[in-house]
Amino acid sequence: MPVTNDRYESVVALETGNRASEAELIDRLRCGDQAAFTWLVDTYSPSLKRLALAFVSVDAVAEEVVQETWLAVLTGIGRFEGRSSLKTWLFKILTNRAKTRAVREKRTVRFSELGPEDGDGPAVSPERFLPPDDPSFPGHWSTPPHPWSVVAEQAVIRRETMEVLRRGLENLPRSQRTVVMLRDVEGWPAHEVCAALDLSEANQRVLLHRGRSRLRSILETYFADDA
Amino acid sequence: MRNVAPSSDTDGLKRMGDDTVNEMACQELVEVITDYLEGTLPKSDRARFDAHLATCPGCREYLEQMRTLIRLSGSLTAKSIESATRDSLLRAFRRWRDSQTQL
Repeated sequence: MPVTNDRYESVVALETGNRASEAELIDRLRCGDQAAFTWLVDTYSPSLKRLALAFVSVDAVAEEVVQETWLAVLTGIGRFEGRSSLKTWLFKILTNRAKTRAVREKRTVRFSELGPEDGDGPAVSPERFLPPDDPSFPGHWSTPPHPWSVVAEQAVIRRETMEVLRRGLENLPRSQRTVVMLRDVEGWPAHEVCAALDLSEANQRVLLHRGRSRLRSILETYFADDA
Repeated sequence: MRNVAPSSDTDGLKRMGDDTVNEMACQELVEVITDYLEGTLPKSDRARFDAHLATCPGCREYLEQMRTLIRLSGSLTAKSIESATRDSLLRAFRRWRDSQTQL
């Protein structure tokens, strides 16, 4: 793994109680240890399903793709050489299967071309800034951000905040949603998102930027209404 | 409400001089913020970004909001697979295990 991302790499290390290393887990799996398999399924299936839903539209199809992925793990584990991390290998199997299913579903899976909703539109409405001909501070805030960064993580409102964020994420254009999900929710490094979605680094950043900017604005509206 | 002045220079003509055309405006900052956070902003723009932040509480809050957003996103949980799918996987595992031991 060229780039280490804490959240991305430490899932196995986070295993509670039994701090099995990844190699140990793989050994146990090869020996037919059901507890190891169950742990892997329970740990990674939510993320696998979320990724599958980026490619296929139907929940039941995503379930099938996840299931196929685990079956492929069982038939392939004997050949797994550990050159990549287990998680990378898992997601690669899933991505390939999900893409195949998406083609069968006749769904467009091209992320490489930005949709009209992805390429344009400012991060913040121009009305929030002083006009370019302002004699003193052109382009500076006329209405600065409503402050919420401190309160957002307070326990009392956190649950509702997370719900607003979850809905906001679901409503993003698909390509933005997928990139934000992989980068910020799943914690993937940029180069792996580019590889999984056949995206250039520049386009990956545009999608991330548009998605994050939109989510920030949704949270700002939520906190402003609340005040 | 007007934001806190980013500099004491309020002379419109003087702002066209070398020092100030280079200054980053808030409207530009919010568009390059992802490049900034990704570490892909060119060095000179990064310096302009940092210089602007030092004088602009609105943009400092904006940057903090982005960081908060990323942290919150990282703690969103995903729904797991259906229990029927899980059960069928565990059955498949046992079949696989039994076929391995027969070899």
